Amino acid sequence: MSLLELEDIHSYYGNIHALKGVSLKVEEGEIVSLIGANGAGKTTTLRSISGLLHPRKGKVIFRGKDVTKLAPNLIHKEGLGLVPEGRGIFPRLTVLENLEMGAFLVKDKAEIARGIEQAFTLFPRLRERAEQKGGTLSGGEQQMLATARGLMSTPSILLMDEPSMGLAPVLVDQIFDVIKELNAKGTTILLVEQNALMALSIAHRAYVLQTGTIVLSGAASNVAKDENVRKAYLGI
Amino acid sequence: MRRLIKSAGLREILLPLGRMAVFVLGAGALMSVVMVVLALLCRGSGADKLLLSTQNVNIVFYTMANLPQVLIDGVTIGFVYAAIALGYTMVYGVLEFINFAHSEIFAIGAFAGVEFLIIMDKIGVLATSGTYGPYLYLTLALAIGMLAAGGIAVLIERTAYRPLRGAPRLVPLISAIGVSFALQDIIRLVESLTTGQFYRVIPTFGNFDDKILLFTIQTASAPIKVDIQVKSVIVIAAAVMMLVGLNYIVNATRIGKAIRSVAQDRDTAAIMGIGVNGVIAFTFLIGGALGGAAGVLYALKFTRIDPFVGFMPGMKAFTAAVVGGIGNLTGALLGGIILGMLESFAGAYLGTFTMGNFGSEYKDIIAFLILIIVIVFRPSGLLGEQISQKA
Repeated sequence: MSLLELEDIHSYYGNIHALKGVSLKVEEGEIVSLIGANGAGKTTTLRSISGLLHPRKGKVIFRGKDVTKLAPNLIHKEGLGLVPEGRGIFPRLTVLENLEMGAFLVKDKAEIARGIEQAFTLFPRLRERAEQKGGTLSGGEQQMLATARGLMSTPSILLMDEPSMGLAPVLVDQIFDVIKELNAKGTTILLVEQNALMALSIAHRAYVLQTGTIVLSGAASNVAKDENVRKAYLGI
Repeated sequence: MRRLIKSAGLREILLPLGRMAVFVLGAGALMSVVMVVLALLCRGSGADKLLLSTQNVNIVFYTMANLPQVLIDGVTIGFVYAAIALGYTMVYGVLEFINFAHSEIFAIGAFAGVEFLIIMDKIGVLATSGTYGPYLYLTLALAIGMLAAGGIAVLIERTAYRPLRGAPRLVPLISAIGVSFALQDIIRLVESLTTGQFYRVIPTFGNFDDKILLFTIQTASAPIKVDIQVKSVIVIAAAVMMLVGLNYIVNATRIGKAIRSVAQDRDTAAIMGIGVNGVIAFTFLIGGALGGAAGVLYALKFTRIDPFVGFMPGMKAFTAAVVGGIGNLTGALLGGIILGMLESFAGAYLGTFTMGNFGSEYKDIIAFLILIIVIVFRPSGLLGEQISQKA
C-alpha cells in the first residue's frame, strides 16, 4: 500500500477545470517530484491533497484512509504536513510562535521544545531570529521557517510547494540539501517545483504535469532523459 | 521555562492596563489642553460675556472647573465604546468584513440583561437584597447579557455569514445589514408581544445612582462638586476587566494564538491543524459577549433602552474601531476612549462656546467629522498595521 495515492482527481476553481484526472502515488521513504510549467496544476494538486480544495471527482487515499472530503485540519491530523506556496508565514507572529503553530496539535510541551531545538539545529539562522516577527524575515529565512514549521508536527509526509521560488541560487542549494537530509532521516517528501533540474536531481521518482494531466512519470533519472522534458523544462 | 510562561501571563495583564492608563491620561490631557486654549482664545467673546453675566465666571474658569466631570463622563462612555469596538475589530481581524449586525447584538445583550432585572424586580428580590445583593444581580444580568449576545452572534455567523464565505466581499456585508434590520424588528416584535411596549427601563435598585464625592473646587460663588456616580465606577471597572481578559485570551492562550493565526493566514492556519470554523465561531462568541456586556452597562448608565438602542453606540464604536485601526485590539481601545472623550467634551462645551447656537445635541457631528479626517489622512487608522509580509 502506498503512503499517498491520488486516483483520477478532478479539481475546479469555479468553472475552470484545473485538474483533469490526476493519478499519482508516493511510497514511504521516497522523494517524489511533481514538475510542470506555470499553471499546469502543481499547486492545485497539493491543495487538493491537503484539503484546501476539495476535488469534485476522484479519491485521495492517505495511509489507507480516504481523506478526499476531510477538512484540512483533519488531514493534517492524519500526519500530512504542507509547506505552502509563498511560504505562508504568519507575518505578525514571531519566529518562535510560527514554529509553535506548526505543533498546534502536539500536546506534550517537552516534545514541542524538542521540535524547536531540532528546527534551530537544522536552520541556525532561525535561532538568531527567534523573537523577530515572521514578516520581517528575508525570503530565504521565511523558506527555512516554513520548512521547519512543516516538520514541527513530525508528519509522515511533507508536501513542499516551490521551495526554491524567489531564492538566490546558494539558498536554493541549501534548501535542497536540507530536503535530502530530511529524506535520509526518513521523511517522505512530495516536492512541487518549477526548477525541474534541481527537483529531478534529488528525487527518486517524478511526475510531469501539463495543463491538468500527468503526461509522463517514472524514475527521476529516466524523466530527466526524456526528449520532451529536456526541451520543455530543462532548456537543454 | 515555567517561570517565564507565568511572567508572560502577568505581562499580558499589566500591559493592557498600562496602555489603558496611557490612553486615558493622554487623550484626557490632550483634550483638556485644547479646550483650555480654546477658552483662552474666546476671552472677551460673546460667550465669555454671557457666562459673566449669568454665572459670574469667565470662560476660562468655567472650562477648567468643568473639566474633571467632563473627563470622568468621557472615560465612562469611552470604555463602553471600546468594549463594543472590540467586537467589530475582532470579526474584521478574522474575516475582513464589518459585522453591521454587531449593534443589534449589543441591543440583545442590553435587553436580555434588563429583562432579567425587571423579572427579578417583579418577584421582589431586588429591593430586599441588602447591600451586596444588587451587585450579585447586576453581575448575573451582565452574564445573561453576554450569553444571549454571544449566542446570537454565533448563530448569525453560522446562518448568515458562513455560507457566504467564498462570496465576493460585498455579499456578506449586505447580509450583515439585512441581519441588523431584521434583528431590530425581531426585538421590537418580541417586546411588543410580551410587554405591550417596545422600550424598557432598567429597574432602580441598589446604590448605583449614588454619587461619590471626589473633591470640591472652591470658587468665589458656589463651590463646584466633582463627583462620580457609582454606576460609572461599575461601568469603568467592568469594562477594564473585560478588556484585560480579552487581551489575555488573545495574546496568552492557545485559542488566542489560533485566532491570531487564522486572522493572518486562514489557509495556513488550517493546514497547521486549526479548525478554522471553530475559531471563527469562537471569535464571534467572545466579540458578541463583549458587546452584550457593553449593552447591559449602557442600559445601567442611560437607564432606557429600545430596539434601536444599538444603532448610535454601534456606529460610534465602529468609528472608534476604524479610527484606532480596524483589526487591531489596542486600536479599538484607543479609538473608543478618543470617541468617548470627544463626545463628552463636545456635549459639555459646545452649547456654552456657541452661546446656545449649537447645543450638545450636535455632539455626534464631532465624532463623525473625526472619522472622516482620520481616514482621509491615515486610512489604516491611528494604530493600523504597518508591518507587511514580504513575498
